[in-house]
Amino acid sequence: MLSGWGRLPRPGKEIFSEDLRALSRNAVLSRGLGRSYGDSALPPPGHLEVATTTMAERILAFDESTGVLRAEAGLSLRELNRIFLPRCWFPPVTPGTQFVTMGGMVAADVHGKNHHVDGTFGAHVKSLVLRVADGRIVECSPSSEAELFWATVGGMGLTGHILEVEFKMHPIPSPWIFEERLRLPDVDALVAALKDSAADWPFTVGWLDCLGGGRAILNRGRWAAKDEAPASTPKPLGQISVPFELPNWVLNRWSMRVFNALTYHARGNVKGLINPEAFFYPLDKLLHWNRIYGHRGFIQYQCVLPNAGGARAFLELLRKHRAAAFLCVIKDCAEQGQGLLSFPLPGISIALDLAVDENTQGIVDHLNEAVVADGGRIYLAKDAFTRAEHFEAMEPRLDAWKAVRQSWDPDLKIRSAQSVRVFGDPS
Amino acid sequence: MKVALLGGTKGIGRALGRLLSERGHSLCLLGRNLAELEASAQDMQVRAGEPRSVPIAACDLHHPDGFADALAAASDKLGGLDTVIVTAALFATQEELESNIALTRDLVTVNFANTVVFCEEARKRLLRAGGGTLCVVSSVAGERGRKPVIIYGASKAGLSAYLEGLDHKFRAAGLKTVCVKPGFVKTGMTAGMAPPPFAGEPEGVAQDILKGIERGTPVVYTPGIWRYVMLAIRNLPRFVMRRISF
Ligand SMILES: Cc1cc2nc3c(=O)[nH]c(=O)nc-3n(C[C@H](O)[C@H](O)[C@H](O)COP(=O)(O)OP(=O)(O)OC[C@H]3O[C@@H](n4cnc5c(N)ncnc54)[C@H](O)[C@@H]3O)c2cc1C
Ligand SMILES: NC(=O)c1ccc[n+]([C@@H]2O[C@H](COP(=O)([O-])OP(=O)(O)OC[C@H]3O[C@@H](n4cnc5c(N)ncnc54)[C@H](OP(=O)(O)O)[C@@H]3O)[C@@H](O)[C@H]2O)c1
Repeated sequence: MLSGWGRLPRPGKEIFSEDLRALSRNAVLSRGLGRSYGDSALPPPGHLEVATTTMAERILAFDESTGVLRAEAGLSLRELNRIFLPRCWFPPVTPGTQFVTMGGMVAADVHGKNHHVDGTFGAHVKSLVLRVADGRIVECSPSSEAELFWATVGGMGLTGHILEVEFKMHPIPSPWIFEERLRLPDVDALVAALKDSAADWPFTVGWLDCLGGGRAILNRGRWAAKDEAPASTPKPLGQISVPFELPNWVLNRWSMRVFNALTYHARGNVKGLINPEAFFYPLDKLLHWNRIYGHRGFIQYQCVLPNAGGARAFLELLRKHRAAAFLCVIKDCAEQGQGLLSFPLPGISIALDLAVDENTQGIVDHLNEAVVADGGRIYLAKDAFTRAEHFEAMEPRLDAWKAVRQSWDPDLKIRSAQSVRVFGDPS
Repeated sequence: MKVALLGGTKGIGRALGRLLSERGHSLCLLGRNLAELEASAQDMQVRAGEPRSVPIAACDLHHPDGFADALAAASDKLGGLDTVIVTAALFATQEELESNIALTRDLVTVNFANTVVFCEEARKRLLRAGGGTLCVVSSVAGERGRKPVIIYGASKAGLSAYLEGLDHKFRAAGLKTVCVKPGFVKTGMTAGMAPPPFAGEPEGVAQDILKGIERGTPVVYTPGIWRYVMLAIRNLPRFVMRRISF
């Protein structure tokens, strides 16, 4: 059995090799570190094996003068940061966990707390080496095989197996973050504060207590200047592990309320220097934290809504359907990237963690209808329940993407459990 | 240290090469596939974090005639050599080996005969230069004749015996021999198998090996727990070994 981060298992098996060229030759799908929540990195029905890239993790080149780095697709962000943070280089865009691969970051075209400044990861990718469906190995970039390139950025692994990724690292003034946290009364204040902070703060994110009346914390940061940062490099943070799956009942409305109250009071109104690991990856401290949801598993529902006022209505909808979201994260999104299926569009992104039960499909359907009505879209890397008709209604670029994919893979050899569900691929 | 590493393209050798490079040691990679060597050398160079190139030289354990030249090339490129490490080897399951006599011959030749020949060349070169360290990865599979690893285990048993003798004879002359005996390690070699309890990661094993080299430990078990597991297995009576399947 195999699952995404949300632990909803499917028949599946990972195969590994250092030699991605050999591994990808007949593979139906590539997989990285499995941090997509739903079924993006799971094989389609009728197939068992996915080609996991994590052993192919060499850095193939790094140019100190330009910051351009080329690596095999399985290199993890954690290893990249371990090597480069002390040298004052950082990836241009980072998701909220370090346990992802370069291939996964391209395939989901990940966004970070700096979307309003730097866009998605794909905007910083210079070129990709792909194994395409007919067996050829193709190098693509914004200037050569550009269609394939932009269909692959955000294409969820469905246009080819990414073997190598070349992108530009950012130079940083120091390996420390200066952070500010502000307590805010409700979602509207949070959204306004996110928009207000955008001009001065490269990194912003909001946390919302969906159960406790909507109180919120705004978290914003920037790289500390050389003269305000300590001379030392931040120590890699240790981790503790959730050793086994907790019973389903541990995480319930009441324990979540207590947790949220603690978070609100422990994390409010401070400012100062912080280790970037703690700033960017607060959840990485707890390995296997997905086990706290118990046997039932969970999903993250993430959507982006074009108008900022939509956030309040959206959360009311959640309340109406009695959906208890443990974690609710709100981000500011700016211009849409060029990836044909790239997730962010200008507006507000809302991410909710929901334990799975018999109502989950219904809740996701209701939320998706609201997203369609608002002109927003959902994030495939988090998705496990969206219906094909809803996705089609949200995604005006879908036909363009399908046409490029079709031209490189007419028989749809490369598929995932998600592509069967959301794009109607044959199983 | 000035290190020639045979087997740095993958698995334990790759992790060890990275560690040596990050710790500031000079390194030359030996191996059979130049493109792979080049890519791994590049990786180790970037990790070194300072402008220091990691040279490469061709060396295939199938071709003993090239061993002396490969070591000479490494020594030339590094301006001397004080440490030679071998992590390269072949693995095949007992079932594959039992049904394929050519594979059996190949594995025993590469893992035992040719590795010994390579070590003899390294021994001579290191002793000529006044001493150094020869570190070779054998295996816990060589500790006892066991059903699932009869032939692979025998190749490693022979290698371990050779390395022990070498250490007894030449340590006084300045050549330290470090015989590494890993238990199960998660690498490409074991990628198809279900990891048992105490399975190691190549990074942790590389740290144990480097510590062994620095201290001149004659036998390094890694992960460390295997010392005790093997102590127990070495002392199991034959009639028990005959019954169990590992
Ligand atoms: C705690 C947490 C926080 C997160 N925060 C964010 C965030 O802030 N922003 C954000 O954008 N995302 C975020 N994510 C989602 C995560 O960044 C993406 O799901 C990412 O794709 C995971 O990378 P992975 O290596 O684990 O890929 P996997 O989950 O293994 O795979 C994801 C997709 O990429 C494809 N893929 C992977 N490798 C390759 C390859 N070599 N070639 C072709 N296709 C490939 C797979 O087929 C699959 O479709 C978060 C996830 C977690 C668990
Ligand atoms: N993994 C384990 O569980 C385990 C347990 C006990 C002992 N060991 C021993 O540990 C050592 C390293 O194992 P590993 O798991 O890291 O293996 P691995 O990942 O398979 O790597 C083997 C290395 O040996 C090289 N090699 C193979 N044949 C060669 C030849 N003819 N000439 C030159 N180089 C050759 C390979 O180079 P290419 O890139 O050219 O293929 C590769 O670099 C081996 O001695 C193995 O027997 C491993």
